[in-house]
Amino acid sequence: MEQIKIASPKRNGEGIFPFLTAAAAVSMLLLVGAIFLVVLWGAWPALRAFGPAFLFSAVWNPVIDVYGAAPAILGTVITSLLALALAGPLGVGTAIFLSELAPHWLKKPVSFLVELLAAVPSVVYGVWGIFVLVPWMRTGPGLFLESRLGFLPFFQGPSIGVSVLTAGLVLTIMILPTIAAISREVMRAVPQDLREGLFALGATRWEMITRVVLPVSRTGITGALLLALGRAIGEAMAVTMVIGNANVIPVSLLAPAQTAASQVVNEFPEAFGLHLSSLLLLGLLLFMITLLINLVAVWLVYRTDQWSSGARQPGKLKGKGVAGHA
Amino acid sequence: MALDVTIENLSFWFGRQQVLKNVSLRACQKEVTALIGPSGCGKTTLLRCINRLHDLYAGASVAGKILIGEENILDAGTNRVELRRRVGMIFQKPNPFPHLSVFENVASGLRLHGLAYGRSLRERVEACLRKAALWDEVKDFLDRPGALLSGGQQQRLCIARALAIEPEVFLMDEPCASLDPVSTMHIEELIKELQEEYTVIIVTHNMQQAARISRQTAFVLHGELVEAGPTAELFVHARDSRTEAYLTGKMG
Repeated sequence: MEQIKIASPKRNGEGIFPFLTAAAAVSMLLLVGAIFLVVLWGAWPALRAFGPAFLFSAVWNPVIDVYGAAPAILGTVITSLLALALAGPLGVGTAIFLSELAPHWLKKPVSFLVELLAAVPSVVYGVWGIFVLVPWMRTGPGLFLESRLGFLPFFQGPSIGVSVLTAGLVLTIMILPTIAAISREVMRAVPQDLREGLFALGATRWEMITRVVLPVSRTGITGALLLALGRAIGEAMAVTMVIGNANVIPVSLLAPAQTAASQVVNEFPEAFGLHLSSLLLLGLLLFMITLLINLVAVWLVYRTDQWSSGARQPGKLKGKGVAGHA
Repeated sequence: MALDVTIENLSFWFGRQQVLKNVSLRACQKEVTALIGPSGCGKTTLLRCINRLHDLYAGASVAGKILIGEENILDAGTNRVELRRRVGMIFQKPNPFPHLSVFENVASGLRLHGLAYGRSLRERVEACLRKAALWDEVKDFLDRPGALLSGGQQQRLCIARALAIEPEVFLMDEPCASLDPVSTMHIEELIKELQEEYTVIIVTHNMQQAARISRQTAFVLHGELVEAGPTAELFVHARDSRTEAYLTGKMG
């Protein structure tokens, strides 16, 4: 190879460019690591003081300096799952409509509106929640649920508007565009020849969607749902504004409660000492929960990607002994 | 049961652009009819009219008749889902369903139409894989993803999938375009066997292939059917000078 002389003497970019990109990539890892360490450092006193009991205790009392995260964690889990349960079918349905069914002239404007929803700052959703959703929940659906299903502990009144359910509804609206937009992209990526393949066998559009589009894109849809769940878990501002911020184990969907993120938002400015450390421990828990969700998402994607990426490359099994000739 | 496919004065438009002009052609049962012509001449469009796959897209319009047996399938009242069950199609690029196993790929049409269950389903799948000359190669891999087979195996899998629902007509859109010569030979042998039971219409860019496997050849140019006739005759004495120019490589 030495006989080839490169004409231009100054081609340093070749050496510097990989270094710069590698530095950028590594700095991301360092940043995440640093955040983790700082939060862990701050949370350490609370971790030492309460240990695993922090997770299960419902006491959060700055006067006696005893803290437990059970109400906040349960509030986070319930509001997020509620939002996912409502926004999941709605978002995937929207995506199916936009990708498979909508007439051409409707696709663009509706897709644009869906993406616009994602661009609205969360505090705006909070304000809308306070002035529109909360009064409506107090008199409308909240009152209805209280009067009809109030005998169940989950719908016990009084319905005062701010509640777990209201927070769940705001979160639903907030994560809906994430689910709809990503699912739509994933469905659009399903090769057209697969759709035509089932149509050519005599499938209706409904059969084509349920037997080809959804199964082929299920990995991506799962990814969209998990991403949305991550967003719902971490959302602080809008939830703080409509959940009522009561430090209780949430039982009734119509009662005020709090989430880990809303508790941090509410108390962080005035906290010090073990109180501050407990809030940081709450943050650490959020950090780890979202990390876990992402790991599961990546694992799911990787597991199903093995066949779906091999799918379009013929002959992958040859080495493993398919008696092929081609 | 095989039926003749008779195309009468077929014209086809995408939006304002006319893709097919007054095409008439009869594809006889138990024969292979080859459609040849340069890229973009409308061969594939013609093929996709026969199972009305164009209906899936906005802007397609059609005039004329396509008779399968005695029935005009371009009638407004035609049940397109039922039509596509009766008219099998093989695509240019093998398109096995990536989320389904070899077995389920072949079973997909049967399950779709509820034609077989349990043991009879397994027997039908095996019979179709044997017919598609794929059984011996995949019998130990039936539960592996169909998309992990080689390109030639994938295409035969698609043929088995189409065979399973017992169509009357087979449409093939350059089925060997993405395959190597050995796989091509396998598919060609298969097509020769298919013509004993079915009406086969095949689009091909490979004129040797048309000569090897078809009884009748039709030459399409700029959306018009220039001429059609028995393959042996057309390749030796083309009546139209444009056909001769294309066959001898002076055009297209």
